[in-house]
Amino acid sequence: MTAETEQPDRPGAPPVAGVPGTGPAVLGAAGVRVEFRARDGRGTARAVDGVDLEVRAGEIVALVGESGCGKTTLARTLLGLERPTAGRVAFEGRPLGYRAKELKAFRRRVQLVLQDPSGSLNPRHTVYDAVAEGLRIHHGSAPDERERVAAALARAGLRPPERFFLRYPHELSGGQRQRVVIAGALVLEPEVIVADEPVASLDASVRGEILALLLRLREDLGLSALVVTHDLGLAWNIADRVAVMYLGRVVEVGPVEEVLTAPRHPYTQALLSVLPEAPGRTPVVLTGEPPDPARIPGGCRFHARCQVLSSGEAERAGVADRCRTEDPGVLTSATTAQVACHYAAAAARSGATED
Amino acid sequence: MNYLEVQDLTVSYRTAAGELPAVRGVDLAVAPGSKVGIAGESGCGKSTVALALLRLLPASARMGGRILLDGEDVLTMRWGRLRAVRWAGASIVFQGAMHSLNAVHRIGDQIAEPILLHENATPAAAARRAGELLEQVGLPARRAAAYPHELSGGQRQRVMIAMALACGPRLIVADEPTTALDVMIQAQILRLIDQLVGEHGISMLMISHDLSVLADTCDRLAVMYAGRVVEEGPADQVFRSARHPYGAALGAAFPTIGDPASRRSPRGLPGDPPDPAAMPAGCAFGPRCPVAEPRCAETDPVLWPAGPDRAAACVRVLSDEQARGAGVPAGGAAPAEQVAAHPEKEGRTP
Repeated sequence: MTAETEQPDRPGAPPVAGVPGTGPAVLGAAGVRVEFRARDGRGTARAVDGVDLEVRAGEIVALVGESGCGKTTLARTLLGLERPTAGRVAFEGRPLGYRAKELKAFRRRVQLVLQDPSGSLNPRHTVYDAVAEGLRIHHGSAPDERERVAAALARAGLRPPERFFLRYPHELSGGQRQRVVIAGALVLEPEVIVADEPVASLDASVRGEILALLLRLREDLGLSALVVTHDLGLAWNIADRVAVMYLGRVVEVGPVEEVLTAPRHPYTQALLSVLPEAPGRTPVVLTGEPPDPARIPGGCRFHARCQVLSSGEAERAGVADRCRTEDPGVLTSATTAQVACHYAAAAARSGATED
Repeated sequence: MNYLEVQDLTVSYRTAAGELPAVRGVDLAVAPGSKVGIAGESGCGKSTVALALLRLLPASARMGGRILLDGEDVLTMRWGRLRAVRWAGASIVFQGAMHSLNAVHRIGDQIAEPILLHENATPAAAARRAGELLEQVGLPARRAAAYPHELSGGQRQRVMIAMALACGPRLIVADEPTTALDVMIQAQILRLIDQLVGEHGISMLMISHDLSVLADTCDRLAVMYAGRVVEEGPADQVFRSARHPYGAALGAAFPTIGDPASRRSPRGLPGDPPDPAAMPAGCAFGPRCPVAEPRCAETDPVLWPAGPDRAAACVRVLSDEQARGAGVPAGGAAPAEQVAAHPEKEGRTP
């Protein structure tokens, strides 16, 4: 399944010891592929095309990429909402079972926080009911339901919680609604939270508040989190590691400081260069949009849009042919910095021989 | 002369709870060919200002003040004139292209519609023009036959821009034109807007909650809070060294990647904007302000000069400027680059 993997060690990379999330893997994907029938009914769309990724205890991993890169499908697969076509999902080292009972037990411990809190809350349910729903599903009518709902609301920053019990979503601000959604996830005391664009629909001022809450939950409860986002600033704000996805694959992964301040994959470099107020970078605006996952290009899947290939730099480095014909392979789930790029690998090799 | 000049604009909505103020006295000026940004969070009144410019507000809205478009007051215009000004004098690119395009009409027909209505063009000429506009925004002319659902989010936003350009307006109002788009698509769209307004000498008013996007695109920035402009000045300076605490909070909300200060420390602003039905006494931002003082609950500050060509509505700015000896005359020009490079030297030392 895994093709040849480019995993050049980064000279001078900081040791990972002491960094949050060096513990055992809590939730992981190994060789996961998810295929759908293509929209036009012909062929298959490879939404996730071979991904190894692990979230370790107490670690926050940001999964970033553009719409359609497969990041949400991968997250749904990690939650057991989608069955991988190949590969497997593991929770605490054991393969995820897909029988209803197994999934129910799994979902108590791995909770989803959706984007757009207005859409994920029932407008006719009070805050209390919205938060208690998960408890009722998993524990029936627990005698301490009221206390647990109050504790979850308080943890999510809605204090005093009793004041919010009887409110309806429309009476709350966007930030408060997102906190209710997070409280709904916390009430079951999960080990892992999977958050899909938790701040994309929120105002700038509220964004920081919600991100700070996610960080605090990790500190207080030791929660692990996988945060799916297109916002690289979010990764810089809260994540320990970042995985950059392009067209169904993780193309660069590693500690946030390394990947975001010294990106090696041309795609990561381009994404960072077009951020507003990106310091000192010439913006590389890629033309067009990512190709259809039903028609993934051969060779490196990024080669048709790659600025390093089109500028002739890859040619000079002698890797242009490999870019067009040879798949750089699947990155491993190790926590070190890795990149799936022939050019970056060649650059690392020549850097190593010069030293 | 400014192409757009908004003078003491007020907008309130009649609701069951009484008359609620949404815009409480806003002044804005957009010079020909310049790009002005309005930043602020939901409910601050920025979109209400945008809609008021072309009198697109619902019937429950009551407006006051003046909106001079090329010297003519939009608020007192007759219907016929207003119809002529919409699209041709000023046009709007709305946020959420999915909902702003009609799902059951081909995009070519939607772009051609204002041309047919405004320019008495023949259907064939309008269709040809729609094709040219699509090419201008980077879509092949043959896509005119597509329906909105056949396009990606970025492509739909390009169609919105083509529509806005259809009747050759002198001002484009862009309300969150890139919100909900991916970073790369956002960069493409911002670039396109920048190039088109530059080529055609169009003025632009861009509205967003993301100060960094506005700082990248606009010449000047106005920050709105609770229906008022609380800070105004050259875009780069407002973004990098806001004088109003709210402007500073908005600027810090999106981190600069690589900046150690924002690593693992997201910065937001606690609390919510005030309820328009129960505005706090004194400064509207007081209850959320990290540096509020007792006097803030008593004085409702107005925009005050806060350095060359800048203004801020904060009592602290007022005292700072007084301590410097004199109010700096607004409009005093300092080279923007110089000031940006030495933020500590902003303002004029006596």
